[in-house]
Amino acid sequence: MTEESQEGVSPEGIPQPEGAVHLIDTDYEIGQDNVEGTLGPIGFDIHNPVFVVSGACIVAFVFYALALPEQAGALFSWLFSAVTKGFDWFFLGAANIFVLFCLLLIVTPWGNVRLGGSEAVPDYSYIGWFAMLFAAGMGIGLMFYGVSEPMSHYSSAIGGTAVENGLRTDWAPLGGAQGDEAAAVRLGMAATIFHWGLHPWAIYAVVALALALFSYNQGLPLTIRSAFHPIFGDAVWGWVGHVIDILAVFATLFGLATSLGFGATQANAGLNELFGLPIGPTTEVVLISVITAVALVSVVRGLDGGVKVLSELNMGLALLLLLFVLLVGPTIYLLKLFVSSLFAYIEYLPSLSNPLGREDVNFMQGWTSFYWAWWISWSPFVGMFIARVSRGRTVREFVVCVLLIPSMVCVLWMSVFGGTALHQVVNDGYTVAQDANLELKLFKMLDVLPLAGITSLVGIILVIVFFVTSSDSGSLVIDTITAGGKIDAPVPQRAFWCIFEGAVAIVLLLSAGGLQSLQSMVISTGLPFTIVLLLMCIAIAKGLTAERRLGK
Amino acid sequence: MFKKIVVPVDLTHADRLSKALGVAADMASQHGAEVCYVGVTTSTPGGIARTPEEYTQKLTAFAGEQGESRGITTSSHTIISHDPSAQMNRELEAAVEKLGADLVIMASHVPNVSDYVWSGHGAHIAAHSPVSVMLVRD
Repeated sequence: MTEESQEGVSPEGIPQPEGAVHLIDTDYEIGQDNVEGTLGPIGFDIHNPVFVVSGACIVAFVFYALALPEQAGALFSWLFSAVTKGFDWFFLGAANIFVLFCLLLIVTPWGNVRLGGSEAVPDYSYIGWFAMLFAAGMGIGLMFYGVSEPMSHYSSAIGGTAVENGLRTDWAPLGGAQGDEAAAVRLGMAATIFHWGLHPWAIYAVVALALALFSYNQGLPLTIRSAFHPIFGDAVWGWVGHVIDILAVFATLFGLATSLGFGATQANAGLNELFGLPIGPTTEVVLISVITAVALVSVVRGLDGGVKVLSELNMGLALLLLLFVLLVGPTIYLLKLFVSSLFAYIEYLPSLSNPLGREDVNFMQGWTSFYWAWWISWSPFVGMFIARVSRGRTVREFVVCVLLIPSMVCVLWMSVFGGTALHQVVNDGYTVAQDANLELKLFKMLDVLPLAGITSLVGIILVIVFFVTSSDSGSLVIDTITAGGKIDAPVPQRAFWCIFEGAVAIVLLLSAGGLQSLQSMVISTGLPFTIVLLLMCIAIAKGLTAERRLGK
Repeated sequence: MFKKIVVPVDLTHADRLSKALGVAADMASQHGAEVCYVGVTTSTPGGIARTPEEYTQKLTAFAGEQGESRGITTSSHTIISHDPSAQMNRELEAAVEKLGADLVIMASHVPNVSDYVWSGHGAHIAAHSPVSVMLVRD
């Protein structure tokens, strides 16, 4: 995108930009803490000390998990269950606040503020924008849980409740629906959509909006610490900010590396099913290397030539697969299910999202609280990537497009994939998909539809490309944070993060239980980030008020 | 012979450009050509400017100063890039074509080992642009 220069502007000082924005007054100059130089022939431009400290912490944690696997495993799994069980009310309550806050932004005049100033034009078309939202946010999850989650909730709901010593021991959502198939389907779909609908997208929207607002409108660097400027003032340029940024890099890299590791085992199972590829560490290491290599090519090609192209390709493929399943599956049943699931979601939303006095403890802690912690620990990465591609949209447009439309797409996706699988179980008595391992459920479901060979291959490609886009956008985000918010750091630097992430994934994969224990640790970082997100809501409100005042 | 000379400039490292700027000014006076300074910025805040508009104003000012001190006709053009470190080459190439330039003069570093993997901006433009390109080594 180019823009002709304007004539007749004053050459002196820092001018006010065209269109109303409220630049925050700070003495901080972006890049002032950066170390620029060359290492041999390769140039670098990194933030000191964020780059070094986060790199060292990551290596230290990997060593810890490798050297003392049992101790690390025990510690992290204790941490994980303490966080998701002890703070379940906090996660559920906070997520509700995020949803309400986002809905409030749509209906109040705050929604009129445009990201990037009142004259800004959008950087990306709707198609490219949506494609990137999904590719970074939840593409892989939809592939794996689209079939499995509705069935899990359906099975546990139809099984009914079981009480031991006054505590529920079953995993059914709410009160379950013992023996009632239709009610169990409704409840199962509502519970699934609850985990993939408004709440996760509201979490992403809050982080993305905070970063976009403070960067595009208020002139602060595109990095997590900037959202805290209204609260901590110029102290964010010191250690307070370093800690926030390091924590974000840490959560992002381990989040990506562990899901890359698990993803490799899942993709391996799928490839074994399709082509009889052997299951084992060799294949998995090769898969991680291939995914990292493709991601490397993509990061080197840049945002528009790499991740955008791949995201659009994947969105097209996912859409084709969705249409195919919808048309060759039980079409009328699925369309009816879509509508009834939507209503079931709205009906059960208040009780599912209720943070206090719940009886379905296993469901609430094991599913909902786990999911919320997971989405929140991913939010710095996804939020920052969404912010990067959202300049030029108004706040209202942004919230509608990041919250409402993706939620609807998830409802549709879950209805079609989960619904087909449920239909197979309830009406046809085909339970192979229900009984299969998580990573095989999608393929077993496709198995009984026509053209299974082709659709399974499309499924595998989708999974792999979603991994590539996550790894790719993750490397861009980490590179930006560790370069102090500069997005024009030398290319070898982002290549470094991309390779580093693949290497961490391989090391953890080959160690005993390393992936599991570090993933538990990453999800535990959801707790501090929940506090961070709540503060961000306040910061957004402050920032938008300042923008509005200026617009009048 | 030449009518419009494009000179890509990096305002962050303006000190390293003096040789190329001098060569461009000489060529411009010799041929009576216009010099268009092209700068690349991002829509996110950077070290030089916190908004693209601010960058554009700085670049316009830079072009004005150059024109005044060297007695040549100047203009400027801002490229807003989503990802400059990876896409700048292609975007510069497109800008050269769009501006209708017939000569590109740019500063370039002495090639080293890393140029085998990541070639410099100058090398890329010289290899891909249909117009004449002059690389001035620093």
